[in-house]
Amino acid sequence: MTQFLSLLLNGISLGAIYALIALGFVIIFKASEVVSFTHGSLLLLGAYAIARLADPLGFLPAVLVGVLMTALAAFLVERLIINRLRGAPVISLAIVTIGVDIILLTELIRQIGPDILNIPHPWGGDSVRIGGVGISENRLIAMGVAGVLIVAFFVAFKYSSWGVAMRASAEDGEAAALMGIRQGRVSALAWVVAGVLAAVAALFLVGAPTPGVSAAAYTVALRAFPAAILGGLDSTGGALVGGLLIGITEAMAAGYQEQLSFLGRGFGEVAPYVVMIVVLLVRPSGLFGTKELTRV
Amino acid sequence: MSDTLSAPAGATRRPPTAAGSAARRSPARFVKPLLLVAALLLLLVLPLYVEEFWLRTGFAVAGAIVGAIGLNLLVGTTGQLSLAHAFFLAVGAVSYTFVSGESGGLGTRAALRGLELPPIVGMVVGVLLAGLAGLLFSPIAARLRGIYLGVASLGLVFIGVHVLNTWTPVTGGFNGRSVPEFSLFGFSFGNDDPQLFVLGVPFREAERLWYLGIVLALAAYLFARNLLRSRPGRALQTLRDSEVAASVMGVNVQAYKARVFLVSSMYAGLSGVMYGLSIGSIAPESFGLTVSILYLAMIVLGGLGSVAGAALGAAFVTALPLVFQQFADVLPLVSAPGEGGIAAGVAARYLFGLAIILVVLFEPGGIAGFANRFRRRGARPGRGSPGAAGGPGATAPTATDPSDPPAQGSSSR
Repeated sequence: MTQFLSLLLNGISLGAIYALIALGFVIIFKASEVVSFTHGSLLLLGAYAIARLADPLGFLPAVLVGVLMTALAAFLVERLIINRLRGAPVISLAIVTIGVDIILLTELIRQIGPDILNIPHPWGGDSVRIGGVGISENRLIAMGVAGVLIVAFFVAFKYSSWGVAMRASAEDGEAAALMGIRQGRVSALAWVVAGVLAAVAALFLVGAPTPGVSAAAYTVALRAFPAAILGGLDSTGGALVGGLLIGITEAMAAGYQEQLSFLGRGFGEVAPYVVMIVVLLVRPSGLFGTKELTRV
Repeated sequence: MSDTLSAPAGATRRPPTAAGSAARRSPARFVKPLLLVAALLLLLVLPLYVEEFWLRTGFAVAGAIVGAIGLNLLVGTTGQLSLAHAFFLAVGAVSYTFVSGESGGLGTRAALRGLELPPIVGMVVGVLLAGLAGLLFSPIAARLRGIYLGVASLGLVFIGVHVLNTWTPVTGGFNGRSVPEFSLFGFSFGNDDPQLFVLGVPFREAERLWYLGIVLALAAYLFARNLLRSRPGRALQTLRDSEVAASVMGVNVQAYKARVFLVSSMYAGLSGVMYGLSIGSIAPESFGLTVSILYLAMIVLGGLGSVAGAALGAAFVTALPLVFQQFADVLPLVSAPGEGGIAAGVAARYLFGLAIILVVLFEPGGIAGFANRFRRRGARPGRGSPGAAGGPGATAPTATDPSDPPAQGSSSR
């Protein structure tokens, strides 16, 4: 039972990080109809920037600059490429983000090399025990920060003029444009927000239980894809649920490895994808996604 | 691309110009086949003259061409974004290795298993099993639209790599296993048995595989081209443009999606077998997400929906890193691994990424679209004279080569 609770708590904390990434993914999709395959390398960029700057600048400024850099990179991708392709087919948009991803990822991997960079989190790698259940401090803080960010996001999404504008253009782009909503601006801001969320997620993703910033962080970030798809690509709440679900699945599959040994070692890493495929079989638009209606 | 497809304009124009243009176009009509024959002859005699490196690259390219044509049928023609191609390649390669490989092997830990059947059986089984895998995935694929499918298929790649890593007796596990040589009715495609000399040039593995590659790639090309010109091919293109329209026209959407997945993954299976033969061994890392993305790069660069474009894209994407590696010391900026400069594979990656972005931004038809535009421009002065019809819809090139229009059609959609 203790093991179960411990895995559950760790799964939720991991899921909170995934939810941050998936949330960015979803708002990009809502605002600009782009499925951003660049997201994994944006996240890696954030982690890399923070790790490299932490030494000369100190931790907090490094985080600030790293987050801003990632947001800027996302902004540039939107302005320079996505914005020029408004109205292009979804597949072309996805492919162009793959192009960006190839370049960014190749450069980052070349910079990182075979090393594992360390982010000197002030909270270090200690873990705390809550009633017999152990969790690393990093993950605990991650849960708190993710919770705050997610609540802030949902409040902004609901009440701020940007949130209203964005929901309007996601609902009906043409009508929103006719009402004077500048879609380019909405989309650019969505990318910036997604960049910020990705960088914050990166900060925690490479902390405590994980060794540090290496190319492997990219693969971890990719697991936010099933999270976003699982919840439904156009549902922000779905991203949250999907993230948690994926996090818990992964932690459970890794924790009960012995019992699942017939599935092979390291099954935890692919469990999210298995869950995603199973869910999609039952609900092709994810758990909370809008069902696609076809009108003739 | 609706303007190039304006068939009525072309139809009304043809009768008056037929007499005048027949004489003028007849030389042009011979030029194309002649060029093709010449190119084929050149490919056939090449092993007599060039080094082994180029022949090996050629076979790798041939394998990639087969795979890219298959992916293009799925993504370019039918509009189903799939990132699972690496998975189907793996199914083909592993099946071939398992069916034709030997048991035991060098394994010190777990023994490898193999059925030791003739390689041609292994190849056929590899293709069929890959097709079966595609068919099994197609119910999922048929339910998912566009981008959902893309991400779901991403999952298949990770699951595939996991299986490759863990199912050691069959796949060789993390370190992979070596791929048995190909042979056909007793004729080995290895280095000897029988020893072979043509005009004094020893025909070893590279030379023999070169011919195998040409045959397979050509067959794959012709099959896909004919498929696109046939009724099912048209149905697939309609499916891409509008599922509703397709079903109204009597196209069974689910069935066609399943079939195109079957065909595409069979192509991938064959390509996987060829990949295994060209490298000589298979390992999990050869079938990761990167491979899927590179295949996507091939068909985007070549031109979505165009068979010839896919082949060109495959040649470009496959050969570039190898060529970079070969000439690392001559090229600026590029260097051998661990020498400070940019490694060959890395340099090639930058180029692919950049090329993808530029293609989507400026020439969505890819190489094929570019070639088409070029051809049309070249043809225009001649066609302008027959008066009445030489309007904006310059349709002749598409009318003479019906396999090309999808290249543009898909891009604009």
